[in-house]
Amino acid sequence: MALQSLDIKQRSATTTPSPSERQTVEVAKLIDTTRCIGCKACQVACMEWNDIRDEIGSVDGTYNNPTDLTSASWTVMRFYEKENSSPFDLEWLIRKDGCMHCADPGCLKACPAPGAIVQYANGIVDFHQENCIGCGYCITGCPFNVPRISKKDSKAYKCTLCSDRVAVGMEPACVKTCPTGAIMFGSKEQMTEQAEHRIGELKGRGHGKAGLYDPAGVGGTHVMYVLKDADDPTQIGLPASPTISALVSVWKGFAKPLATLAMAGVALGSLFHYVTKGPNEVSKEIEDEIEKEDAQ
Amino acid sequence: MTNHWVDIKNADLVIIMGGNAAEAHVCGFKWVVEAKEKRGAKLVVVDPRFNRSAAVSDYYAPIRSGTDIAFLGGVINFLVTNDKIHHDYVKNYTDSTFLVHEGFSFEDGIFSGYNAEKRSYDKSTWNYQLGADGYVLTDPTMESPNCVFQQMKKHYSRYTPDVVSNITGTPKDRFLHICEMIAATAAANKTMTILYALGWTQHSVGSQNIRTMAMIQLLLGNMGMAGGGINALRGHSNVQGITDMCLLTTNLPGYMTLPNEKEQDFTAYLAKRSPKPLRPNQMSYWQNYPKFHVSLMKAWYGKAATKENNFCFDWLPKFDKGYDVLHMFERMHNGQMNGFIAQGFNPLAAVPNTKKVADALAQLKFLVVIDPLATDTSEFWRPAGEFNEVDPAKVQTTVFRLPAACFAEEEGSYTNSGRVLQWHWKSADPIGESKSDGDIVASLFVKLRELYAKDGGAFPEPILNLNWAYKHADEPSPEELAKEFNGKALVDLVDPKDPTKVLVKAGEQVPSFAFLRDDGSTSCGNWLYSGSWTQAGNMMARRDTSDPSGLGQTLNWGFAWPVNRRILYNRASADLAGKPWDKSRTVIAWDGQKWGGNDVPDFKGNEPPENGMGPFIMNPEGVARLFALGRMAEGPFSEHYEPFESPLEVNPMHPNNPLARTNPAARVFKGDMEQFGTAKDFPYVATTYRLAEHYHFWTKNVPLNAIVQPEQFVEIGEELAKEKGIVAGDKVVVRSNRGKIKAVAVVTKRIRGLDVAGKKVHTIGIPLHWGFVGVAKPGYLTNKLTPYVGDANVQTPEFKAFLVNIEKA
Repeated sequence: MALQSLDIKQRSATTTPSPSERQTVEVAKLIDTTRCIGCKACQVACMEWNDIRDEIGSVDGTYNNPTDLTSASWTVMRFYEKENSSPFDLEWLIRKDGCMHCADPGCLKACPAPGAIVQYANGIVDFHQENCIGCGYCITGCPFNVPRISKKDSKAYKCTLCSDRVAVGMEPACVKTCPTGAIMFGSKEQMTEQAEHRIGELKGRGHGKAGLYDPAGVGGTHVMYVLKDADDPTQIGLPASPTISALVSVWKGFAKPLATLAMAGVALGSLFHYVTKGPNEVSKEIEDEIEKEDAQ
Repeated sequence: MTNHWVDIKNADLVIIMGGNAAEAHVCGFKWVVEAKEKRGAKLVVVDPRFNRSAAVSDYYAPIRSGTDIAFLGGVINFLVTNDKIHHDYVKNYTDSTFLVHEGFSFEDGIFSGYNAEKRSYDKSTWNYQLGADGYVLTDPTMESPNCVFQQMKKHYSRYTPDVVSNITGTPKDRFLHICEMIAATAAANKTMTILYALGWTQHSVGSQNIRTMAMIQLLLGNMGMAGGGINALRGHSNVQGITDMCLLTTNLPGYMTLPNEKEQDFTAYLAKRSPKPLRPNQMSYWQNYPKFHVSLMKAWYGKAATKENNFCFDWLPKFDKGYDVLHMFERMHNGQMNGFIAQGFNPLAAVPNTKKVADALAQLKFLVVIDPLATDTSEFWRPAGEFNEVDPAKVQTTVFRLPAACFAEEEGSYTNSGRVLQWHWKSADPIGESKSDGDIVASLFVKLRELYAKDGGAFPEPILNLNWAYKHADEPSPEELAKEFNGKALVDLVDPKDPTKVLVKAGEQVPSFAFLRDDGSTSCGNWLYSGSWTQAGNMMARRDTSDPSGLGQTLNWGFAWPVNRRILYNRASADLAGKPWDKSRTVIAWDGQKWGGNDVPDFKGNEPPENGMGPFIMNPEGVARLFALGRMAEGPFSEHYEPFESPLEVNPMHPNNPLARTNPAARVFKGDMEQFGTAKDFPYVATTYRLAEHYHFWTKNVPLNAIVQPEQFVEIGEELAKEKGIVAGDKVVVRSNRGKIKAVAVVTKRIRGLDVAGKKVHTIGIPLHWGFVGVAKPGYLTNKLTPYVGDANVQTPEFKAFLVNIEKA
């Protein structure tokens, strides 16, 4: 993959037009869950490349560890046990969870902080923490429950699809490290073709329901899954037909002028709060505000 | 591996049994994925747990831990009964037609020659019938009841699907389905590869587990084929290297053997290891043993090794018994050892029955630990609460910790599972005072030699005369050592047919072991590695990925022993006339004049096929053995014996013969037998293993590994959990008759109770890694639980099958 421009296609809470002269290829990561052995090398590569270290946690009675996405774990493996027709006809479904990089990103739509969330022309959705106000709207906006607010700095974090690596023509760290080639990377077009090839192979192996997860409800995603049973993605922890939360649509629609007004108030208030109490309180305030908004 | 990592992609069927490649060999597992995707190969997993390998398999069957021989014996019976064998291969490339000694017998689980008191066999009847000419007698019709094929058929006929299912707990339909998948590879152009690891070796019948699968591969004609073979996946990046260099105490480098205490005569020692062919026109390659042995002694003792002194044969230790790790710690435990050097070894964590090991270490005068990391062993004396209960006042041992460099801080060679030697380069200097392992051991030797020279000693000659011609005595360079194991000419080597022609000049590296001689004119530290650093340079450093055959042979990448051969026994990949059984996967073929193709022929290069030389040139028979002669401790055929701690009171194969309940030839030390638990107190089968997220006990020191798998846990099935009132996430106590551990319960559908001999047998899975040293959360050494008994042949401990009880903490 050639060097990528980091032209911004969309920017949160911004109305100025985006640069559109340069031609940039849309990228995608394809995760073949049928080739994944759940080794967690991708989790380690992610922590190493991005210089993040989660806490040494505890075991909750499963192989999931860390047990959930956090501001320092941008990808985690999720294990699902399934029993089919007979007791030994088992499946251990394993999915690498993380940001889907939606073509129509709910997080970006929901974000009230200018430039805190951007979508590059190549499709990657990135959080710019320096602009983040820690309001957590991105969480409400995300149909996949991905962003997490840091306890240290009250900023939202998630997978960047290694936008820094991709910009210089490299694949994301998880892709590079995956020992079974279950994580692939390229143009969205190539990855869709690759997925078709894989699905054909799976169907030939008797998995008639094999298919691609690239949900239309969010305009398609730049992280796609090959699933053994695409008829029911919920069994591997994926929403069947994800859409952006109605709350965000409401927020973006008629409620926005009201909310902007409220936000201005909050921003003013938050300045005093920030001086006196620190950032955590601010986000809490804002959350309360949005709840009030939602109730309307 | 008889084959190699990349070759896995050539298989039509991949069986993972006695291992968990996706978990423990994550990187190499990519070739299984490749086989599935590119060849449409099927993956079958047989394991007590539905594990990570099973997660991406096409078919899975459960098995009770420790019953693999019953399963595999059942496969042999299925193949023979249903005539799913590769006939031409079995008839011509194995000993199936050979007649077995008339005194050989097998009665109620015991072979002929058993001595119950010594727990060992007189193996004189485990032999072929020989004619007056010294050649073996055969029955080409394979109908004689005494021929190997009929003996084998009779032996395994007892392993019917019902018997197999009753012992293993594998549902009969699943067993038969796998038999059918395996049987399909009896076709000449189909292959199956088997990937195994410690799940087969760590049993009291470990060697026989592997051997039984080797028999299956021979019956199917899969040995020597691309995509076939018997493939041991090694657990450390260079453990194949240490094995080749001489892992067992009774070995010499290159699988040569030390003399035993009765072998004081040099000529007889060599003659015994240089067997004459057992059939006409066979190569019996070990006849070259004297060349390899004498060259080794020249490498070790240089000018001191002369024809007159039998090349220092008298200086070699003559063993009375094997000093394997169990034996060593037994002696230490009995107060028979003063000092111990643990180099790259963490025995407190890695040897069974931690209590016994800790008590043993406390009796030493000194313990030297050479390791890059602080190991649990080096701190065995340090109390760490419930994780290491010890009273330091009772420990008299002085512990020396010598910090060793990490692999990336030195250059050298790695030998991987596929026998490929690859040179690696140093990427950083060792930290602080640490030194490479080689430098540490060299410094110790130089100091010892000084002391011997100064003070004398009981037997100083082998130390004082050791050839130590390195530029820096304290720091032999990896390059010098590598050149030494390749070997060189000590004088001009001339062509025996034309004395005017010099083949290798004095002082030059030999091109291969074919140039080694038994007259003291060559030296070689390990004949198998000869060819790895020739006059042309370091063959291990080659990095050419060219692969003209598309089979992944890459003959110019690194160097594979022996003689850069990638697939062992590859003559057997071609039929009697020298044509490949499967042309699309040609390994080698006969072109009318010579053998050649996509590998270095494992055969005499210009030997016409019609002359009848067999493909298994290391055996004096020229063929592979379905009948193991006296090479195995417990019998020429394998038999199911229960693990030493078994949920069954009797062996269902021999319910009335207590002698045949467990491996009758396995060694059990006094006191350890009494420490075996019974099913009455410890009703559940336990099995130990490691996790993909960890690397043995080492990654306790690495935060990243601790983050992705942070806390000690055990795995139990839902049914047992319900019975015991345990829910996922509960703390539980697991006890054996030797100790206990506490851990979090992972409750899973992936382990289920199995129906075995009329009862339900539950399995508890116990990952290892945790201990009381490192940055990870502290935990219990898993080997607090495991029994102190090993395989009867090589004494690998039985970590995979023992008895425990479990309760909520």
